[in-house]
Amino acid sequence: MRLALLTDLHANLEALEAVLEHAHRHGGAEQFAFLGDLVGYGADPGPVVDRVQAAVATGALAIKGNHDEAATRGAPPAMRDAAAQAVTWTREHLSREQLAFLAGLPLSIERGDRLFVHASAVDPARWIYVLSPVDASRSLRSVGAREIFSGHTHTPALYHLAANRSIGAFKPVPGTPIKLTSFHRWLVIPGSVGQPRDGNPAACYAMLDDVADIVVFHRVPYDTERAARKIRAAGLPGDLGARLELGS
Amino acid sequence: MGARLERGVVIDGYTLEEPIHEQGMASLWRVSAPDQPSRVMKVPLLREGDDPTAMVGFEVEQMIMPSLHGPHVPRFIASGDFSAQPYIVMEYIRGDSLRGWLGRTPLDAEEVARIGAEIATALHSLHRQHVVHLDLKPSNVMFRDTGEAVLVDFGFSRHDRLPDLLAEQFRLPMGTAPYISPEQVLRIRNDPRSDIFALGAVLYHLITGARAFGCPTTIFGLRKRLYRDPVPPRARNASCPAWLQEIILRCLDADPRERYQSAAQALFALRHPGQVALTDRARKLRQDGVMTVTRRWMRTLGAVHAERWQSTAVQTARSPVVVVALDLHGSTEALLGAIRATTERVLSTHPGARLACVTVLRTSRLAMDVTVDEEGRNLRVLRLVELTQWARPLGLSEGRSTYHVLEGHDPASAVVGFVRDNHVDHVVIGARGASPLRRYLGSVSAHVVAESPCTVTVVRVAQTGDAEKDEEEEGGAEAS
Repeated sequence: MRLALLTDLHANLEALEAVLEHAHRHGGAEQFAFLGDLVGYGADPGPVVDRVQAAVATGALAIKGNHDEAATRGAPPAMRDAAAQAVTWTREHLSREQLAFLAGLPLSIERGDRLFVHASAVDPARWIYVLSPVDASRSLRSVGAREIFSGHTHTPALYHLAANRSIGAFKPVPGTPIKLTSFHRWLVIPGSVGQPRDGNPAACYAMLDDVADIVVFHRVPYDTERAARKIRAAGLPGDLGARLELGS
Repeated sequence: MGARLERGVVIDGYTLEEPIHEQGMASLWRVSAPDQPSRVMKVPLLREGDDPTAMVGFEVEQMIMPSLHGPHVPRFIASGDFSAQPYIVMEYIRGDSLRGWLGRTPLDAEEVARIGAEIATALHSLHRQHVVHLDLKPSNVMFRDTGEAVLVDFGFSRHDRLPDLLAEQFRLPMGTAPYISPEQVLRIRNDPRSDIFALGAVLYHLITGARAFGCPTTIFGLRKRLYRDPVPPRARNASCPAWLQEIILRCLDADPRERYQSAAQALFALRHPGQVALTDRARKLRQDGVMTVTRRWMRTLGAVHAERWQSTAVQTARSPVVVVALDLHGSTEALLGAIRATTERVLSTHPGARLACVTVLRTSRLAMDVTVDEEGRNLRVLRLVELTQWARPLGLSEGRSTYHVLEGHDPASAVVGFVRDNHVDHVVIGARGASPLRRYLGSVSAHVVAESPCTVTVVRVAQTGDAEKDEEEEGGAEAS
């Protein structure tokens, strides 16, 4: 089955629609996994949650992210200003049903030898970033799963852990199929749909062929200007819009 | 893990027919399956307590092989995972590897150049697919019945666009001692010029019957090639021509920047021995003196020659072979000048580029022997002189340009044939319209544009308004 992996959607409807279209048309997506942070930052939390909820109703996986948790419980004290402001705004723009859907999302899902989680698997509820090979190694070694699919960092990345515990990091090249060979263990970060931060504003996602164990990273250009305009029009902090256009 | 490997055992529908041989850390079987031609199954030999290289090398091959295509690699068919029996099934290439030829060395120079050209062609195809082989040696080169070289065993290879599972894992250089490049000894795994070095080591073996660097078994022994040059081939085999020694020693230079910058450039030299610019390398009959070697040794202390960021495809692309096709007598001075200006621009963006200046001597369909008579020989020499003359203002350093007079009754086909045979990256040619032979020459550039498997720049002199006036003129074709 071809499973499209989407993470860090951040209420960006333009990016989500572009990615869904690409995943259906070019990737042959048969099912979806949403790895958390459906909301926060962007101007369309309601429509984004509705689309994910509809997908889950037909078998898609969805995981809770820190922004989803904040939207249901209120911003934690450690959250940065712009993010906290966005949380407050987001809470006001979600219906009770939508908030209940977010509150009910699991912190991780295990399917066979694959684990889907928003941040590091070491302790999913602590939202630890996986930004380095050391972080990736910790995440992989904390669980039994052979492959982890996670998000939270907003930057596409691929880590491979060998039996002798040596870990390698790789910057994925979009469009290149990569076999997740079985003697290694793998940690896949598709990169953010709704707020990429690697200097390339195009939306990120990855496609997994779960039988052949082949993953392909993709970049999908979308109308960043429109998404940014909506953020400004909604009265959200302006730099949340600007960073979409810069991919920063 | 895995079944016992013996005749008749069936793995995922493939029946083991006969063992071919054990290739390092894997065993190879000819296998059959209903309604399919014979295939090869490669099974890693995994023993208790083994060095993990066997498994990782197998995974590397499993990752890279499905992405490769073309006649110079065995076609990938299927693979199986470690959960059951790990294997790769691929196309069966009949016959022996180049290793079988080593018993007949030294071979003669023309044969060595021919084999070298086939291997260089295969390497260029691989490099263009983002892969450095990193273990080129006689036992990893096979030949199709049609003559093309096929490279096998990608267990040490590196793909630009795939994770390098070997990089993090091992502290020792990976490769085969007699052929491994100095960069690989320094554990640099992303330089396609490493394969050029191995090509030089293979050709050295074929022409001398001896290994250029012996077969060291220690890191110290491997490191010697960073500063110690091999005994010149001509000191070992007096019949080795200077041009072949030039090519081999250039491939074997310790500094990758001094080697051919792409496999296509090495191929070009092997196909055109008469055009190889001979340097001191070609003439030397003994190894470099103690002073030179010491100086080189000092430089190797902590030295890293290769650029770590580079990618195989980028290195290959920035060292193109450029052809400029000239019709010396059918073109105006203005057009020849415009072609020169365009050529200069193309070369200036690629300091690693080689330029081949080409013209076609037309032979008559009926009198094919025209070029072997006195007049024909004189014409060839005259054209070569004219080509050199045309290129002089470009001020290219020796060895960066070559000159070729092709023969044929159809100039366009002759140019396109040359472009295909030499894996040319870019052709510069004059347009129709500026020549008195307008109709005829027009068909040349159009044909070259349509048929060349690369970029073609068609140069036209800016029109001044009365350019149509030569349309009705007619002229005789050269040397027909």
